[in-house]
Amino acid sequence: MPHRQREWDRGLGMIYRLTGSGRVRILLVSLLAVLLAGGCAPADPANTINIAGSSSVQPLSEELANAFMEKNPGITVNVAGGGSSAGIKAIQDGTADIAASSRELKSDEKDGLVATPIAIDGIALVVNPENHVDNLTLEQARRIYSGEIGNWSEVGGKDGIINAFTREEGSGTRGAFEDLVMQGAKISGKTGVQNTTGSLRAAVAGDPQALAYISLGNVNDSVKALAVDGVSPESGTIKNGSYRLARYFFYLTREQPQGKTKSYIDFVLSPGGQQIVGQNFIPVADD
Amino acid sequence: MLLLCALASILVVVLVGLFVFIQGYPLLTKTGFFSFLTGRDWLPGEGVFGILPMVAGTLAITLGALVIGVPLGVTTAIFLAEYAPGIIALWTRRAVELLAGIPSVVYGLFGMTVIVPLVRYIAVNWFGNLLAPEMKAGYGILTASLVLGIMILPTIVSVSEDALRAVPQAYKEGSYALGVHHWQTVYHNILPAARTGIMASVVLGMGRAIGETMAILMVAGNAAALPTSIFSPVRTLSGNIGLEMSYASGEHAQALFATGVVLFLVIMILNGIALLIARKGANDR
Repeated sequence: MPHRQREWDRGLGMIYRLTGSGRVRILLVSLLAVLLAGGCAPADPANTINIAGSSSVQPLSEELANAFMEKNPGITVNVAGGGSSAGIKAIQDGTADIAASSRELKSDEKDGLVATPIAIDGIALVVNPENHVDNLTLEQARRIYSGEIGNWSEVGGKDGIINAFTREEGSGTRGAFEDLVMQGAKISGKTGVQNTTGSLRAAVAGDPQALAYISLGNVNDSVKALAVDGVSPESGTIKNGSYRLARYFFYLTREQPQGKTKSYIDFVLSPGGQQIVGQNFIPVADD
Repeated sequence: MLLLCALASILVVVLVGLFVFIQGYPLLTKTGFFSFLTGRDWLPGEGVFGILPMVAGTLAITLGALVIGVPLGVTTAIFLAEYAPGIIALWTRRAVELLAGIPSVVYGLFGMTVIVPLVRYIAVNWFGNLLAPEMKAGYGILTASLVLGIMILPTIVSVSEDALRAVPQAYKEGSYALGVHHWQTVYHNILPAARTGIMASVVLGMGRAIGETMAILMVAGNAAALPTSIFSPVRTLSGNIGLEMSYASGEHAQALFATGVVLFLVIMILNGIALLIARKGANDR
């Protein structure tokens, strides 16, 4: 295949020329040096707090960690994801100091762990802004997701099929949705599945008949959040419990938090920390 | 030195295969390979793992992509190799090669914003009375096949074109000398002579189609249920892993590795079949 061969040679030649010129070579070498140095940055375990767990909590933990490190220059806070279950495993192993969890502890996980609620997250049922339905009852939402209701006209909308979307098995948001809405019923196997909040939102934004559930902090103008049982999802209604699709975010520790871990959790619960929580979620501390 | 490099790449294949197999093995022995493969229910929360829907989804989408991509790709290759005047051939070839450079997530985005609404329109307005509700969302086999059909075009076009160009000039001249038209020459002499190469392009395209994950995740609907029409939402084997790996632990994670084992086997079997066809083609000549 002579034609392909020529293309190859041209490509290789280009790479060679690029790396061959002095300036680019220096750039590459220094880039490598920076990478290596970054990889070997000294970390004193005594001054490091490791947080692992729920990826729903991760962005919040990162913001809180940055604010905390600004105030306490001597302490490094590392935030990792991995999911609520992985986080719990990590504190039991001792590889993490704090596990972030977006769900309640299961009974076999409870022993010895201390759960500190740090934020409340609402789960919003979202539809396309063109959809005229503004409210669903919990019962209707359950029956839509279990496959019993399939048309918007059955829940007060225009005639048209309901294209429901769900998160994948194992997702914390799906877990919370199953607890709060499905209550034992199964999400129909024929429901469309998307594995990120972003693609769920895109699916709803592009389809006037779609329905999905996402974290309230991720609702934007491209979708419309529905009221549930007549209560719209807002910080006030979530706090007083009248909006029922809400879950706590927890920080879990092996024992009562001590030392640097305690000072971090204290910071999270302080007015300054809770103000950061309030940017996208609902604070837990009374203000 | 060269041998060492060759051995290294073999070693990588073996290691990947071994690793996936070791991780998935405990679950395969527990569920049983056959019932894992033919199970119709995928309920990780309850410890029920059956991947028949994903096997069916993978095969359906791959077949669909080939049905769309192969005729389009091979005719483009014939045009490029035999008919297109210089400048048009150049730009067509560049455009097709550019397709190969587009990241798959961009294809997914394109599928979600353009092809999904299109397929939804067709499903609702043309087949509205025939289809079940979940088939009218626009996410499904047809959408995924369309996206994938475009994605495998560059592979099919460039490999087929090379194969067509590699046909000895004497075949063509001999045919012309007998007074045969250009098109008939292409159809009866050049295409059969290039058959093995074209087959190879189809195999390569198929390989890409089976393994593609990101774009398909975004447009296939990902429901773990057996498809009943080309509008049905389906989940592929690779999609199943990509979808759930991030949160899976314990048995669930093992089941995803076991899915990887099956994907590995499917690809080996298809490659084997393709090799056989190619060899047969070579012998017939």
